[in-house]
Amino acid sequence: MAALGSPLRALRGLLRELRLASGPPGRPYRDTAAYRHLLAAFRAHRVTSEKLCRAQQELHFQAATYLCLLRSVRHLAALHHEYHGRGERSPEEVAGLVGFRLPQQPGGKG
Amino acid sequence: ISQGEGGFEINLDHRKLKTPQAKLFAVPSEALAIAVATEWDSQKDTIKFYTMHLTTLCNTALDNPTQRSKGQLIRAAVKFLETDTVCYRVEEPAALAELQKNEWDPIVAWAEKRYNVAIGSSTSIMGPNIPASTRDTFISHLASYNMWALQGIEYVITQLKSLILSMGLIDRHITVEKAVLLSRLEEEYQIQRWGKVEWAHDYDLCELRARAAAGTLFVHLCSESSTVKHKLLQD
Repeated sequence: MAALGSPLRALRGLLRELRLASGPPGRPYRDTAAYRHLLAAFRAHRVTSEKLCRAQQELHFQAATYLCLLRSVRHLAALHHEYHGRGERSPEEVAGLVGFRLPQQPGGKG
Repeated sequence: ISQGEGGFEINLDHRKLKTPQAKLFAVPSEALAIAVATEWDSQKDTIKFYTMHLTTLCNTALDNPTQRSKGQLIRAAVKFLETDTVCYRVEEPAALAELQKNEWDPIVAWAEKRYNVAIGSSTSIMGPNIPASTRDTFISHLASYNMWALQGIEYVITQLKSLILSMGLIDRHITVEKAVLLSRLEEEYQIQRWGKVEWAHDYDLCELRARAAAGTLFVHLCSESSTVKHKLLQD
């Protein structure tokens, strides 16, 4: 299936998506199970020399499918954030809109 | 991720993940568990369930909220053939009819050849007339999938509104992007004519892609055979 592009591109795309998706904990994305699993799977299949290796094709298709999933979920989240309501404004922002400032309370709010 | 009795479980901050019906979350495939864990990992300040399609699919498979049996799932899936998108053709505008012919005919032909059935397309409101033998062929083919995979299959069919496109995905004949394109053929045609509204069209496109991709991946991960290749590597 030429439409899939090379497996290497799929792997690179996947690793990039994982990097973008990894959360704030700041744990390097290389540490995650998904990263390790992907690399191990791709390495294992690189060794076979058969061009028509079915498992290789399966893996390639799965990788492309997963890549599509991660990419579209990321786009979806971005679109949602941009277009679908940032929620209500906080009281500070509302006050700022009309030029007021909220009173400062040294001890913080009760 | 840890391996438990019923399959692979997910640990969230030292607690085991549970389904909406409070059952223990266990999946049959390690790759699937890793993918679900990744979905949870990528949630930042807020948990956005609408981005966690694999988790949703697993929960549906585990809880089976509609309480359907395997037979009912299969029947529902095959029933979709009667209203399959790629079989429903318009007569005008001519450009759209032509586009449908060029894009949808090959996939229908592929399905007919692959499964040795007759499907055909139709321009009438009633849709194509699907012979019983075709229905039976698909029923027996779908019966070869396990319950989890069937949930996934039915999900993809409902999203793409087409049994044929879903089978194309399951059999790895077309990519997710292509299947979504074919499913949205009329919309894409209108977009080209009238222009695109980003916040609606792109959103729908990404949503459909995400769901179709999740469903397809889910089906494949639930029906894959174990790593047979390792034996060859040791030679």
